Amino acid sequence: MSEEAAASKPLPIVPFLKIPDSGDPYLEGSECKKCKAVFLGSRSVCSSCGARDQLAVKKLSNRGELYVFSITYRSFPGIETPYVSAVVDLDGGGTVKGNLIDIEPDPEKIKMGMPVELIYEIAPRKDREGNEYLTYYFKPANA
Amino acid sequence: MKMGNDVYVLGIDMIKFGKFPERSVPDLGAEAALLALDDAGVTINDCQALYCGNLMQASAMVGQRLLQEIGQTGIAVVNCANACATGATAFREGWTAIKAGLYDMVLCVGVEQMAGAGLLGGGGGGKGIPTEGLLGSGTMPAVFAEAGMEHSRKYGTTFEQFAKVSVKNHHHSTMNPKARYQIETPLEDVMGAEMISYPNTKLMCSVNVDGAAAAVICSEKKARELGMKRAVKVRASVLTSDRWTQRDLTMPDVNTCTRDAAAQAYEMAGVGADELNLIELHDCFATAEILHYENLGICKDGEAGRMIDEGHVALGGRIPVNASGGLLSKGHPLGATGIANIYEVSTHLRGEAEKRQVPNARLGLTHVIGLGSACAIHILEAPSS
Repeated sequence: MSEEAAASKPLPIVPFLKIPDSGDPYLEGSECKKCKAVFLGSRSVCSSCGARDQLAVKKLSNRGELYVFSITYRSFPGIETPYVSAVVDLDGGGTVKGNLIDIEPDPEKIKMGMPVELIYEIAPRKDREGNEYLTYYFKPANA
Repeated sequence: MKMGNDVYVLGIDMIKFGKFPERSVPDLGAEAALLALDDAGVTINDCQALYCGNLMQASAMVGQRLLQEIGQTGIAVVNCANACATGATAFREGWTAIKAGLYDMVLCVGVEQMAGAGLLGGGGGGKGIPTEGLLGSGTMPAVFAEAGMEHSRKYGTTFEQFAKVSVKNHHHSTMNPKARYQIETPLEDVMGAEMISYPNTKLMCSVNVDGAAAAVICSEKKARELGMKRAVKVRASVLTSDRWTQRDLTMPDVNTCTRDAAAQAYEMAGVGADELNLIELHDCFATAEILHYENLGICKDGEAGRMIDEGHVALGGRIPVNASGGLLSKGHPLGATGIANIYEVSTHLRGEAEKRQVPNARLGLTHVIGLGSACAIHILEAPSS
């Protein structure tokens, strides 16, 4: 029997995905008060300008624009393919990577610059202790 | 004649890249080291330090282990790891020491055993669950596919133009006996090969091979003492890392560190991109090569697609790129790649590249990047006879 019991609630797939006790999940970043650079997650020194203790917590937008993508056909064993690997610039700052879903994995169908929204779902795999994870996906949004 | 503190490649060589599962990393490195020492006409007893580049066994003191096979003379050994820029970093460390006046002659070796390594990269690791396939892809083919798609987004670069890079480099490799493959790959074969990460098909991905390359480098004083007839002058040696860019947490910026390195290298060498006769650049994927035509300044931004369409970067063109066959066909043994590039350019500058010789080559540039992200550039000049 495993020493560690599975958590009763899903865990965030990355530290910058926040799951509040009440309200909806969201992505969290930091913004430098000095140079206005936006980062995923938290840090104390700005990697853009080097300022210390100038970073403010910033709730990132759930909407953005598809910056670029590729369609992955070959990945590691056990990973279902094909899928669309996408980089999205969020409205108001921050760039995240994720899977673009609800669209055919066809380069002719996917338009760079298209508006997308983030949705949050339980990931289809668990870790060794049986923990569930909450992840995010991009899906096409209306402009 | 005034003596400067220039650095020269006195001897340089590489083993034929391939699959050698029965051999060890130090053994492969030792073979390249002996070839380079022979090419220079010196022995390990003449070398005052060893700079050894190897990535996958970075904690294994590979430099010391290869000295066990070629002579343990008690010299300083520095083991370097810097992703795909590992070999070039080892070379540059040697250059730095000679430039500083610390040594007159050192040996630089790059070596890697890659057979069976499979796909590299991938997200996650450590805590939680693997994120590959859930939060996009971190495999190297996907990362460089996305870098290529950024170029498509800006300039409309097509799948066919990316594929033509692979056709060119495979064609070049048919003239290089040290390349892993010497096979022509027509455009329809490249475009029709198994798609790995769109737009990179299998034939647009570099080849995992075992390989080693080595260089004996020395001060100007030593080169004059031993003879300058085949000594290749190192006009510039530059290493950069990635500056902060908006998207660098999600897509490693392979452009900025190369542009920074190129600007510094041209200034150090006192030459312009238009004066180069050949280039060996980091075609880890066909998409990457297109970006670097612009990053290295051999054409204006947005013109890279035209460079490949019009044949300017093929042997016989204005500025041949990857005459060796590149990483796409010669092969990409991570730690060896940087020194193997310097070998290729040196061979042309010495007029010894036979069938693939770039005529009257006087100046050449080598470029590697390692994710994420390091960039090393060297500019080399032909022996002045």
